Amino acid sequence: MSTALHAEWTKLRTVASPLWLLLGMIAATVALSAGATSVVTCAAAGCGGDVTRYSLIGVELGQALVAILAVLVISSEYSSGMIRTTLTAVPRRTTVFAAKAITVTGVVAVAGTIAVLASLLVGRFILPRQGFTASHGHPVLSLADGLTLRATAGSILYLTLIALLSLGIAVVVRDSATSIGVILGLLYLPPILAQVIGNPHWQHLLQRLAPMSAGLTIQATTNLNSLPICPWAGLGATAAWSAAALTSGVVVLRTRDA
Amino acid sequence: MVTGSVTPYRSGQRDGRDGFAQLLHSEWTKFHTVRGWMLGMAAAALMLVLVALLAGISSDQRGAPAVPTGPGGEPVTDNFYFVHQPLTGDGSITVSVSGLDSSVPEGLGELRPGVVPWAKAGLIVKESTREGSPYAAIMVTGSHGVRMQDGYLNDRAGPVSAAAVRWLRLERSGDAITGYASADGKDWTRVGTVHLELGPTAQGGLFVASPQSVEGMGTTASVSTATFGDLRLQGGWTGRNWAGEQVGGESPSFAGYPPPAAGSFTRSSGTFTVTGAGDIAPAVRYSLPTAGTLGNILTGTFAGLIAVVVVAALFITTEYRKKLILVTLTASPKRGRVLLAKAIVLGAVTFVAGLAGAVVAIQLGERLARSNGVYLFPVTSSTELRVALGTAALLAAASVLALSVGAIFRTSAGAVTTVIAAIVLPYLLVANPFMPADAARLLTRVTPAAAFAVQQTLVQYPQVENPYTPYNDYYPLAPWAGLAVLAGYAVASLAIAAVVLRRRDA
Repeated sequence: MSTALHAEWTKLRTVASPLWLLLGMIAATVALSAGATSVVTCAAAGCGGDVTRYSLIGVELGQALVAILAVLVISSEYSSGMIRTTLTAVPRRTTVFAAKAITVTGVVAVAGTIAVLASLLVGRFILPRQGFTASHGHPVLSLADGLTLRATAGSILYLTLIALLSLGIAVVVRDSATSIGVILGLLYLPPILAQVIGNPHWQHLLQRLAPMSAGLTIQATTNLNSLPICPWAGLGATAAWSAAALTSGVVVLRTRDA
Repeated sequence: MVTGSVTPYRSGQRDGRDGFAQLLHSEWTKFHTVRGWMLGMAAAALMLVLVALLAGISSDQRGAPAVPTGPGGEPVTDNFYFVHQPLTGDGSITVSVSGLDSSVPEGLGELRPGVVPWAKAGLIVKESTREGSPYAAIMVTGSHGVRMQDGYLNDRAGPVSAAAVRWLRLERSGDAITGYASADGKDWTRVGTVHLELGPTAQGGLFVASPQSVEGMGTTASVSTATFGDLRLQGGWTGRNWAGEQVGGESPSFAGYPPPAAGSFTRSSGTFTVTGAGDIAPAVRYSLPTAGTLGNILTGTFAGLIAVVVVAALFITTEYRKKLILVTLTASPKRGRVLLAKAIVLGAVTFVAGLAGAVVAIQLGERLARSNGVYLFPVTSSTELRVALGTAALLAAASVLALSVGAIFRTSAGAVTTVIAAIVLPYLLVANPFMPADAARLLTRVTPAAAFAVQQTLVQYPQVENPYTPYNDYYPLAPWAGLAVLAGYAVASLAIAAVVLRRRDA
C-alpha cells in the first residue's frame, strides 16, 4: 500500500496541472468570496445575514476545480493508456483506487484549508466595511465562535467529499468531459430545478438529498431552524453520495477490463 | 541507351475539391458518425422536455381562486378599499385629500409608520365592484404626486402640488372620463381624458390602496389611511348613501392587511377617513407568486446546456486526443476555416436539437400547467416563438463557446468546467436570496448568464414597485441584447481560438 501511495503521490507531484488546479481552486474560492462579501451591505442594526456563509460562498466555485483535479487523476490514465501500466504494477485494483483516493483527499484537504481560511480572512477584512459591524449585531468573524468553526471545518470536509465523489464518477465514466458534465450537473442543477418544483414536499426532498444544497448547509450559522436539513446530516448526505460513487467506482474497476 | 518517353502516372480519380462545402461536409460526417455525440444532443433536447414535465406534474393548484384579468386579458391586481355608490349618467365628483399615511408591519401584530411610494388615495369610477372591471381613477400617491390611471396599464402624471391639501375631480361625459387636480379647489388643471365603456350606471367614489412595499430583497404588506373632505357630487350625479367594501379581498393577488389593520371607513361631519390595502395595477411576480412563466417551464435549459457543452468540447478535444487533428489540418491546411466549419456544424446541430426540445417543452409544459390549474403569465405567440428560438440560439452560442475554449485549452475537463461555471454559476449566485439586486443585475449584464434574458416574458412597470431582479424573472437587458452578450463571448473566443490554432503547432 505504501508503494502504491508513493507512486500516486509521484504521479500527482510531477505533473504541472494538479498544482495549477489547486492554486486555481484557492484563487477562485477566495475571489468569489471577496466579490460576494463586497456587494452585500448592512445598513442598520438588526439587518439579517449570515456573515460566515457570505465569506465561504467561494466554495461553490472552488468545488468545480476540485472536481477537475479528481477527474483528471483518473481519466488522464485512461486517455493515455497509463492505467494498464498502473494496474500491471499494482494488480490489486482496490489498492490502486484507495491510494489515489488518499492522495487526492490529502492534497485537496491541504489546499481546501488554505482556501477556506483565506476566504474567512477576506470576509473578516471586508464585511465590517460593508456595515456588518458589532454595533449592527455582527461580531467580527472568528474561529472561536463554535458555529463559524463548524462552518469552516465543514467546508474543508465538503471539498474533500466532492473530490471523492468526483473520483468515483470518473472511474465509472472514464471520459473526462462526460465525467465533469455529470459531476457539475449533480452539483449545480438541483438548486435550480428546486425552484420550479411546485410541490413543496418534493422541493424539500430535493434540497435534502442533493449533494451541494444539503452539504453546504454546514456553512449556515443563522436561521438554523429554517434549513432544509440540519448541518451535519446535510454533510452526511454529501458523504453518502461520495460513498456511493466510490463504491460503484471500486466495483466497476474490479469487474471491468481496463 | 535508348530511353522511351515515360508517361507519368496519373490517378484515374478526379481532383479532390477543397471548398468550404466539403469542409462542412467532412465535419458533419465526423459529428454524426459518433453515436455518443448524437446521443448527447438528443439528451440535451430531452432534458428540456423532462424538466418541463417535472415542473408540470409537480405543481397542483387545482381549486385555487381564479386570477383576475383586465380588459385586455392581462393579469391584474384589483384590490382596494372602495367607498362607493351607483352613479347614473353624466356628472362629476370632487374631493380634497388632506392626508395619506402608510404603515408597514414591525414584528408580529405591530405596525410602524413607513413610506409606501405607490400608496394611492383618490377618486375612482368603475364599471362595477367586480375585480378586473374597467375603471378610471385620479389619486394622490405616497411619493409620486398626483396621478391619473386607467385600464390597469395606463399611468399619467399630474401636477405635483406642494400644498398638503390636494383637490381631485373626476368628470364623466358619455364614455369620456376626465381627471382634474387642483392645489386650492379653485384653479383646476386637466390631467387627462380617457374613454371607457362603463354602461349607464357605474360605481364611483373614494378609494384607498396600499401595495406591498419593497424592503431589502423582499416585499412587505402595507396599509394606508387617507383623510378626505369636501366630497361633493355635481352635474347629473346625486348623492345617496356611501357604502364601504373591500374589492378583491379573496383574490390570489391580494396579500391581505398586515395585522391588526383592516379595511374600513368612518364619516364624521363631512370628513371621511378611509383605510385600505392592495393595489390597482398590472400583476407582477410578487403579486402572483404562484403563477408560472415560460422561463420556469424552460428551466431544463441548464441541464441541456451541460450536455451541449460536454459534446461541444469533445468535438474538438477528441481530435487532439486521437491525433486526428493532424489529419484534419493536413487535409485542410487553412486552420481558421476548419474551426469555422466545426463551429457552423456544431452550432447548427445544437440549434436544431435545442429548438426541437424547446418547442416540445413549451407545448407540454403549458398544457400540463393549465391542466393542473397553474396560472401562466400570458404571452403572445410571437413572444413564445422568440423564447423558443432564443433558447435554441442560447444553446448554439454556448456550444460555439465550448468548442472555442476546447480548442484553446485542448483538454476537455478544463473547457467543460470553464464554460459551465461561466454560464451556470452566475445564475446560481443570482438565485441566492441574499444577493443584492444591484449585484444580481450586474452579473446578468456582463457574464454569459445574461443570455437567459431571452427567456423572460415579464414586463417591468414603473408604476408598480416590485423587486425587479433576475431571481424573479426580470432581467436588466432586453431579450436579444442578453443573448448578444453570450454570442459576443462565443465570437470573441472563436477568434482567439483561430489565432491560437494558427500560431501553435498542432
